[in-house]
Amino acid sequence: MILIIVDGIVKASWLFLLSVGLSIVYGVLRILNLAHGSLYALGGFVAAILVTDWVEHGRWEEGTFLILFVAAALVGLASGPVIERGALQWIYGRDQALQLLATYALFLILEGLQIALWSSESFQTYVPFSVLGNFALAGVIYPWYYAILLGTAVTAGLILWAFLNRSRFGRLIAAVTYDREISRALGINLRVVYVITFTIGAFLAGLGGAMSAPMVSVVPGFAVDATVAAFAVVVIGGLGSIGGAAVGALVVGVAQAWAVHEAPDIEVFAIYLVMTSVLLIRPQGLFAREAVRRI
Amino acid sequence: MTISRKMTALAAALAVALGSATYAAATLKRADAPQPIRIGIVSFLTGAAAAPFGIPAQDAAKLLIDRLNKGKVPAPYNIRGFGGHRLQAVYVDEAGGASQAVSNYRQLVQSQNVDLVIGYISSGDCLALAPVVEELKKFTIFFDCGTSSLFQKPLAYGFRTAGDQANDAIAAARYVLTVKGKSNVQSIAGINQNYAWGQDNWKTFSEAMKVLNPDVDVKSSLFPTLFSGQYSTEISRILSDQATVTYSSFWGGDLDSLLQQGIPRGLGQATQLILSTADTALPEFGSRFPAGIIVGARGPHGALAPEDNALNQWFVGEYQKAYGKVPVYPAYHMAQAILGAKASYELAMKKFKTASPTEKQWRAKLRGLTFDTPSGKISMTRALGHQAIEGSAYGISDGYDAKLGRVKLTKVIRYSPKCLTAPPGFFLYDWIARGFPGATCP
Repeated sequence: MILIIVDGIVKASWLFLLSVGLSIVYGVLRILNLAHGSLYALGGFVAAILVTDWVEHGRWEEGTFLILFVAAALVGLASGPVIERGALQWIYGRDQALQLLATYALFLILEGLQIALWSSESFQTYVPFSVLGNFALAGVIYPWYYAILLGTAVTAGLILWAFLNRSRFGRLIAAVTYDREISRALGINLRVVYVITFTIGAFLAGLGGAMSAPMVSVVPGFAVDATVAAFAVVVIGGLGSIGGAAVGALVVGVAQAWAVHEAPDIEVFAIYLVMTSVLLIRPQGLFAREAVRRI
Repeated sequence: MTISRKMTALAAALAVALGSATYAAATLKRADAPQPIRIGIVSFLTGAAAAPFGIPAQDAAKLLIDRLNKGKVPAPYNIRGFGGHRLQAVYVDEAGGASQAVSNYRQLVQSQNVDLVIGYISSGDCLALAPVVEELKKFTIFFDCGTSSLFQKPLAYGFRTAGDQANDAIAAARYVLTVKGKSNVQSIAGINQNYAWGQDNWKTFSEAMKVLNPDVDVKSSLFPTLFSGQYSTEISRILSDQATVTYSSFWGGDLDSLLQQGIPRGLGQATQLILSTADTALPEFGSRFPAGIIVGARGPHGALAPEDNALNQWFVGEYQKAYGKVPVYPAYHMAQAILGAKASYELAMKKFKTASPTEKQWRAKLRGLTFDTPSGKISMTRALGHQAIEGSAYGISDGYDAKLGRVKLTKVIRYSPKCLTAPPGFFLYDWIARGFPGATCP
């Protein structure tokens, strides 16, 4: 049981970092960003390249954790404003099918960019995963990196919550979320709100990718499966809700861990079984309200 | 008509005649020149399987096609091209899934007009393409995919010049029982990708183990999604199972990710890990590759290729000269396909006494053929002569040899095809269940 809980939490931490940016962007911009996984992948690539360079120069190995955050920031700052101003601003309020097609086009462009830049390269950024050593629990060895992953997910969630609910700018974002037109009439600069929100979402996607880089072989296309998992999480938790993303990640993570430990035959379906069950009871997801949007 | 006029007319007529003769001769010469043979080469050029599989395979194809065109491959392959016909390659990316692979295949055949297609690493792609190959009636050699289901329905146009997964899995079972001793292998576990390749592999390995060591206990059979990359929970399960032996046919980026997450967690120490495709990970991990892992190369290829084979020595030398690294097993599988195509083409030329055999004649001569490769002799004796049988080899990693720049393998055991292949008339799993009748093993 303890292993199911620990493994579920580890998986949930990763899933939360993957999905919370997607949820935030939907909550404020009302756009389901299919290119979210590509930003996650870019975070992985940038982190892998920077960490490899850092280690090759014989620098302080614990410093690689800082590099992961720098990579995420670079991805967020470089891609967020460009994508929001260059593409998304033209599709606000449009038909959802059009929005999906537009972000799918973005996804294809960014996937193509990865292939053009790193067509056949595979990056293995193993140092952050192993540098802190391991601990044993119920006879199973876990790397301390999982604790860093959990800490990052919790900290990101708390900072985001505090920013949106306690800061002045966060309240402006909330106002825009509830009513765009009234917010504009009150003098809120929607353009700034949208750019900053999308940049935060891109940063979080990049952070998810950067934190994954030490665990996986980073190659073009490595984000596809993760993207599917992220969508399942936000659908379960309810689009547009930080709490929903957290609970969705926890539900999926624990369900998958339970399946692997207790019923491996249904491992692949576990995530979809949970999703279907939740949607049958609450079609809008666990935390989303039908009429009122939350972030 | 004056004499000068007559002379002018004669000169003009001569000029026209000479010109026509020269043109005719040139045309004749062109017609006589052997037509190039166009080969579509398909492997992963992007994505998770590119670096460990697709690119080495493409590199091998480029190298061999170049050396064959120059007539610089050692005997018995020292005739230029295929029987004097120059080779032209069209390289295509396998990435994008089965439907994309089918669409690209149609384009290769219908727009690019290739004479032969050599390709496909993914078992899923091979299974999706098999009916299309028959529909388009195009000579196709599947060079690498390992599913045992490819020839469930006989194929007329499709061939596979490498062994299927059964070789790897049966050899792995025999190897681990030999090196650890039957009584020391009480339990097994498996982690394999959730599609044809992984499922076939685990079924063959576990069935073989149950027959070879009837008291063995199966602790767990894990099948994560292909390319999922995150195996934290699966590794916990394997570590908690503490099975004596854990078998994995993971490949490409998934194999790298499993090792990346598993090595620091002591996966190599908690269980005897068998990785049937680990040959491709050896150059990637280098000195980080842990000691004590049972390493396979999907046949006697790569780090497990026969060192005394002259063709292998040439192949390794040329490959290293061209790319600065040793070839891994997908490169060997590609070499097998190209050399098989060449051997059968030249045999068809001889047999049918023609400089340009038809596709049908070419295919007929690959059926049942035995030919030389860097990994030894390959015989096309299964699936009505369309499927190769080949031996296998396994070894145990034993640290990194900094001088040679590669992972050392010890306790290497080689298995002949007679040990690993069901005799004609036997269905694979019936043959295993009956205790491998007719198998001759070391």
